[in-house]
Amino acid sequence: MNFFSTFGRYVVLLSRVFAKPEKPKIYLQQTIREMESLGLNSVGIVIIISIFIGAVITLQTRYNLESSWIPLYLIGLTARDTLLLEFSSTMVGLILAGKVGSNIASEIGTMRITEQIDALEMMGINSASYLILPKIIATMVFNPFLTLISMFVGLVGGWMAVILTGALPSSDYVFGIQYLFVPFYITYALVKTVVYAFIITSVSAFYGYNVQGGALEVGRASTRGVVYSSILILLADLVLTQLMLA
Amino acid sequence: MIQVDNLSKAFNNVTVLHDISVTFEKGKTNLIIGRSGSGKTVFMKCLVGLHEVNAGNILYDNRNFVKMDFRERKQIRREIGMLFQGSALFDSLTVEENVMFPLNMFSAMSPAEKRARVNTCLNRVNLADVNKLYPGELSGGMKKRVAIARAIVENPRYLFCDEPNSGLDPMTSLVIDDLISEITHEYDITTVINTHDMNSVMEIGEKVIFIHEGNKEWEGTREEILDTGNKNLDDFVFASNLAKKIKSLSR
Ligand SMILES: Nc1ncnc2c1ncn2[C@@H]1O[C@H](COP(=O)(O)OP(=O)(O)O)[C@@H](O)[C@H]1O
Ligand SMILES: [Mg+2]
Repeated sequence: MNFFSTFGRYVVLLSRVFAKPEKPKIYLQQTIREMESLGLNSVGIVIIISIFIGAVITLQTRYNLESSWIPLYLIGLTARDTLLLEFSSTMVGLILAGKVGSNIASEIGTMRITEQIDALEMMGINSASYLILPKIIATMVFNPFLTLISMFVGLVGGWMAVILTGALPSSDYVFGIQYLFVPFYITYALVKTVVYAFIITSVSAFYGYNVQGGALEVGRASTRGVVYSSILILLADLVLTQLMLA
Repeated sequence: MIQVDNLSKAFNNVTVLHDISVTFEKGKTNLIIGRSGSGKTVFMKCLVGLHEVNAGNILYDNRNFVKMDFRERKQIRREIGMLFQGSALFDSLTVEENVMFPLNMFSAMSPAEKRARVNTCLNRVNLADVNKLYPGELSGGMKKRVAIARAIVENPRYLFCDEPNSGLDPMTSLVIDDLISEITHEYDITTVINTHDMNSVMEIGEKVIFIHEGNKEWEGTREEILDTGNKNLDDFVFASNLAKKIKSLSR
């Protein structure tokens, strides 16, 4: 019962979010601002995490495949496919749910409790659309670049690990990451990323927009936004994988 | 003029406002007074449609707001300026951008005209050289002034102020009260002010309504308020020891 009423309110909010914008030009400006604050500002964390995970995946695969009859280039291939299939989309999505999701929920929640949302409504502005639509569009457009960056940087991280540790010849790694390359994996990862971006932004905005009370409730909304968008990301991962790879 | 007929409001079967009827007059400061939690904010938000009423009518110069659809309400809202309790300035925008915000959204003015209008309004509230500051860099009183400037930037016919003095020292409160009162008379606005501050009542209350636990218990002028015979109102008016003392001396 509670689930259905929450879902119902989520749908109602989305229908307001996607109402026709009053001033497209202002929405465009807002979208560009949000790309900067939600997208560009996440490039750093995505790079750091991807470098390390790329390195760790490569080393782990190497040390798990000690037997000599397995060709060493398969290590590069495994690292690549792990990054392309799962890490750079889903893991990065979960990290962004934590970073961007809490940011959105607390920003909008604070605007709610300080009556800034009421002020927008009083000016005759559709506050749901004005506050949320630019964020949804900005993340759906920008996050695929984060995923691509993560893939590239992750592969570089693996390569650096190979060079620094000498765990395998770098030529094997470089050959492996090109061997049996399936371009569709990138499409698959990008589709997942776009769906995750929608989930993160709309779900955390929903919890922020419906805050009632004070600072404590804003904190709670931010936690809920992160938790529920993470769960939904994992569900979407399962569904999209079955749909696209089966 | 705003006429309210038999307005009632409940949240989840708890009635917060009981059958309130009142008329707010044009060109005057109409004060709604009552203790904290008596329903002033809910009442004001009902008047502007931020809460839906359960019963009653609200007539803005004979246009019934309650019966209007979304579009017509939006039109009325463009004629309303509102000052929220915590000022409700947009944190991420500068003072100038805050005041200009309604103009950017709706007006066909050129950028130069908009800037001129913003400066006129900021001057009107006696603020200078703060255009580029952010709300976080302003004092409480300055925030209130910016919020007033934003509320009047589109020349409203109606002005709503929810506790304009909350969080301000007595001197600054007086300044803000006088400002609202002056603007009301200057532009002939129908102004409605929520307050629990007796100083405001005595300073600017041209018409005063007393709400107690969601009921309108009294209405009159500030001259009449000291001698009403209403127990609840007396408790409110003479709440402080100072006031009680003055009252006993005047007997
Ligand atoms: N959104 C809401 N849901 C339920 N009850 C509310 C809501 N807003 C206010 N109330 C209740 O309505 C009563 C009046 O509150 P309010 O209008 O804020 O008082 P005040 O006169 O101090 O402005 C209070 O008892 C408050 O708990
Ligand atoms: Mg109040």
